[in-house]
Amino acid sequence: MKRALARAVALAFAVGPFAALADTITVVTSFPKELTAAYKKAFEAKYPGDKLEILNKNTAAGIAYVREQPAGSRPEIFWASAPDAFEVLSSSKLLAKIGPGNPAIPAKVGNYPVNDPEGFYRGQALAGYGLMWNTRYLKANNLPEPKEWADLVKPVYFGHLAISSPSRSGTTHLTVETILQGEGWNKGWEQMTAICGNSAAITERSFGVPDGVSNGQFGIGLVIDFFGLAAKNSGMPVEFVYPSVTAIVPANIALVDGAKSPEGGKRFIEFTLSEEGQTLLLDKKISRLPVLPSIYAKAPAGYPNPFGGTIQAKVNFNSNLSESRYYVVLAMFDQMITFRHKELVAATKAILEAEKRLGGRKSPALDEARKLVLTPVVDEKQAADPKLLALFKAKKTDAEASKAKAKVEEEWAAKVKANYAKAMELASGAK
Amino acid sequence: MTRASPALAAVALAIGLLLVVFLVVPVTAVVYTAFADGQGGFTLAHFAAFAEISLMRESFANSLYVAGFTVVFATIVAVPLAYLTVRFQFRGAVLIQTLGVLPLVMPAFVGASAMQLLFGRSGSLNLILKDAFGFTLPLMEGLNGVIFVETLHYFPFILLNLSAALANIDSSMEESAQNLGSSGWRLFSRIVFPLALPGYVAGASLVFIKVFDDLGTPLVLNVTNMLAPQAYLRVTSIGIEDPVGYVICVILVLFSIAAMAGSWWFVKRRDYAVVSRGGAMAPRRKLTAWQTFLAYGWIGAVLLLVLSPHLGILLLSFSKVWSFTVFPEQFTTAHYATVFEDSTRMIWNTFLYCGLAAFVDVIIGTAIAYIVLRTTLPGRQILDHLVTVALAMPGVVLGIGYLRTFKGIEIPFGGGALTASWLIFVIAYAVRRLPYALRSCVAALQQVHPSLEEAAENLGASRWRVIRRVVVPLMAGGILAGFVTSFITAAVEISETILLTSRESLAPMSYGIYLYMQSIAGRGPGAALGVIAVVLVAVGTYLSHRFVAANAPQNQSTGAKP
Repeated sequence: MKRALARAVALAFAVGPFAALADTITVVTSFPKELTAAYKKAFEAKYPGDKLEILNKNTAAGIAYVREQPAGSRPEIFWASAPDAFEVLSSSKLLAKIGPGNPAIPAKVGNYPVNDPEGFYRGQALAGYGLMWNTRYLKANNLPEPKEWADLVKPVYFGHLAISSPSRSGTTHLTVETILQGEGWNKGWEQMTAICGNSAAITERSFGVPDGVSNGQFGIGLVIDFFGLAAKNSGMPVEFVYPSVTAIVPANIALVDGAKSPEGGKRFIEFTLSEEGQTLLLDKKISRLPVLPSIYAKAPAGYPNPFGGTIQAKVNFNSNLSESRYYVVLAMFDQMITFRHKELVAATKAILEAEKRLGGRKSPALDEARKLVLTPVVDEKQAADPKLLALFKAKKTDAEASKAKAKVEEEWAAKVKANYAKAMELASGAK
Repeated sequence: MTRASPALAAVALAIGLLLVVFLVVPVTAVVYTAFADGQGGFTLAHFAAFAEISLMRESFANSLYVAGFTVVFATIVAVPLAYLTVRFQFRGAVLIQTLGVLPLVMPAFVGASAMQLLFGRSGSLNLILKDAFGFTLPLMEGLNGVIFVETLHYFPFILLNLSAALANIDSSMEESAQNLGSSGWRLFSRIVFPLALPGYVAGASLVFIKVFDDLGTPLVLNVTNMLAPQAYLRVTSIGIEDPVGYVICVILVLFSIAAMAGSWWFVKRRDYAVVSRGGAMAPRRKLTAWQTFLAYGWIGAVLLLVLSPHLGILLLSFSKVWSFTVFPEQFTTAHYATVFEDSTRMIWNTFLYCGLAAFVDVIIGTAIAYIVLRTTLPGRQILDHLVTVALAMPGVVLGIGYLRTFKGIEIPFGGGALTASWLIFVIAYAVRRLPYALRSCVAALQQVHPSLEEAAENLGASRWRVIRRVVVPLMAGGILAGFVTSFITAAVEISETILLTSRESLAPMSYGIYLYMQSIAGRGPGAALGVIAVVLVAVGTYLSHRFVAANAPQNQSTGAKP
């Protein structure tokens, strides 16, 4: 047995791990295997001298990994959806500027710049948020198909929806912010809270939503488009639509500063933006939207095209506004919804039952209950208060700021909890 | 107990040094955030901030509630399994013991997803119930859902440790009790169980701490109002430098140490060591026909429930489409073809890393157990407590600590950077799984009476010879239990693995499962890889049971000793 072990160790040393690898391009990404495998194959076929090493990590672990590597042995490429991840990396001086990209790629999609204005990262594909549902689930529960976010606040959908928390998923944050900008602060939060009150779960991973909808745990989910499209194309009984209040934003790719072979990294970025690289996105299992408009001519019929008007993005997304209140929106969502989901659902249920009981009659108590549940804990004016914004943006290690922030969050939490409890009481007693 | 030799002191020092380098330094590199005030000074303000947040207080209470009840339910599941299979003539005892360990073999997030398919809102069970009776059971909802999943996942800790302890009980005690007319429940509750208490407490405290610290299960069930998820959410969403996240980590560590110390104190109050061993193992008792029927019924029901995640994942691995139906509707073997095509290397890596790590663990674990229980070296308890810190350390924290501490350190002879080599996995797994091995070794040694060693020494055997020929063989069952637990839990480790993987060719299987499970099209291959992992580890566990059974001193009338 000892000899077997010794042989095993010797073998492990001999094969792979310690062999020198020249011209290797390491890509840190949060993208699924289908996508990375397709790029690896195509890229290595085109550049036989290069070797592409894919490192799949979730976005947070990916950032930590890049940050903890010493300069000179960092990975070459960071490739992910959430724009804020790239902001974090670029503000930590971990990204290198890349030269001019493919000139055929437009500078803007809708009102949103495709590339980083400072030139540290580039849009590589486009993504929009939409609604995905399980057709069998809707049929079994007699639910109508939704078209818009606003449909989801209806009582029929109570307990059938799922959404992930914006603090867990950059793309959910973009949806929340899109709704807030499209509907206005107060109405947007009312809509969000009502949708979440109807939700069966606020999932921790963004993939939890499409996964749950595909296997029928949830009826309808708010998902990023390629999850919905790829599931449909893999034969799952699901459908996907873009509602009219949606924003199209780029998923990005960047060159890491202090990488071993920056030239190889640049080659790979160029490849992903070329006609060849962009065509790969149309693969059935990938189903992403290319940033190169000419590719859509090759797409199968019915493929959504953000440049051709098949997706009507009504909202002109203001990324500065979004960034300025980023942490406040995340904290509000978590305090009002994620951490109080049980109470929110209970209050929503009490209100729905009261509505049924009253059969359409007016009741001041019920109106008051609705108001308590739906009104955001911070109004629009407070949310724009520079002092509050500064508090949430302060350096995390600043003990005073972190204490002050904890105090603010605590006030919100207490208020929300009391509101939900009061709303339940009012709704149950409404006559 | 008054033995301390320079050699043993040197061993203790060496182990202490290892722990400092690979545990204390990396952890400190990260955890100091909890005490830093941003200007390089020391502060407790973050702890005050923590105590002021009502959500944190609530999370703390929820974590205690879940961990406590999981121990209760895990006990209900594990104790009859252990008792019936070890102390009675029972067909298939080894098989049952092996199957009972399988729940540990599955990464928590895979097991929980598989259970969603069977017990979730639209899982098989609820679809059947709804069709037939018009109602559904919220088995997988909220804190109780977490208790349900954790019970099925972690009860093997009690099963393994208790089985080892039961097998070690001096049969003369049991026989005397029987001769005096005791039987049934009274015999079990007054004689057998109290004698096996160190094993039970070792297992139960592991369950408690594991559940208290567990991240994967609450997250898959979307429960965030618990301590470990709060720490994780804060560190990953607010930022790696968020102090309150680390305050939670520090609290988790302190609490785990307290739980361990509590269980240690509890066991220490009494003496559990028995003198006669091995060949004196009690003949297994017979069950009446009626009792046999009941026992098989209970075991069958428990195993069915416990193995349901495996059944779920097996079905998933063969299914093409499984959505809102009781069973998958189309079957395929394509997922296995995919896995064998690109992931065989990962399977091999898992065996290499986890095997080496578990091997290191039982050696260090046995040494520490001996030093703590059999010597009077000053400060020997520190070793035990240090190891326990590893248990409570979230994988993310240790992972970041490793990347930070060993940045730029090269392996001699041109081996490349330590953090980019496969050795880092072995070290990380060995350190984090050491507490399991240690608990099993300590429990095993507690049952060995020092007089056996004294006898051997009186007969002229040297200290090392006594350890090699008397102590270790008598502890063999416990050491094996430690090896198996370390190996299995390392094989399914995920949070640290994701962080430390620097090349896909170096990645173990758990990383592969995680990777596949990120997309709809990958669920099938992910499940297939999960099934392969389960089968391989099951075969390994079964063989090691057989190995011990074959080497155990045989009492002619008894069957295999687990």
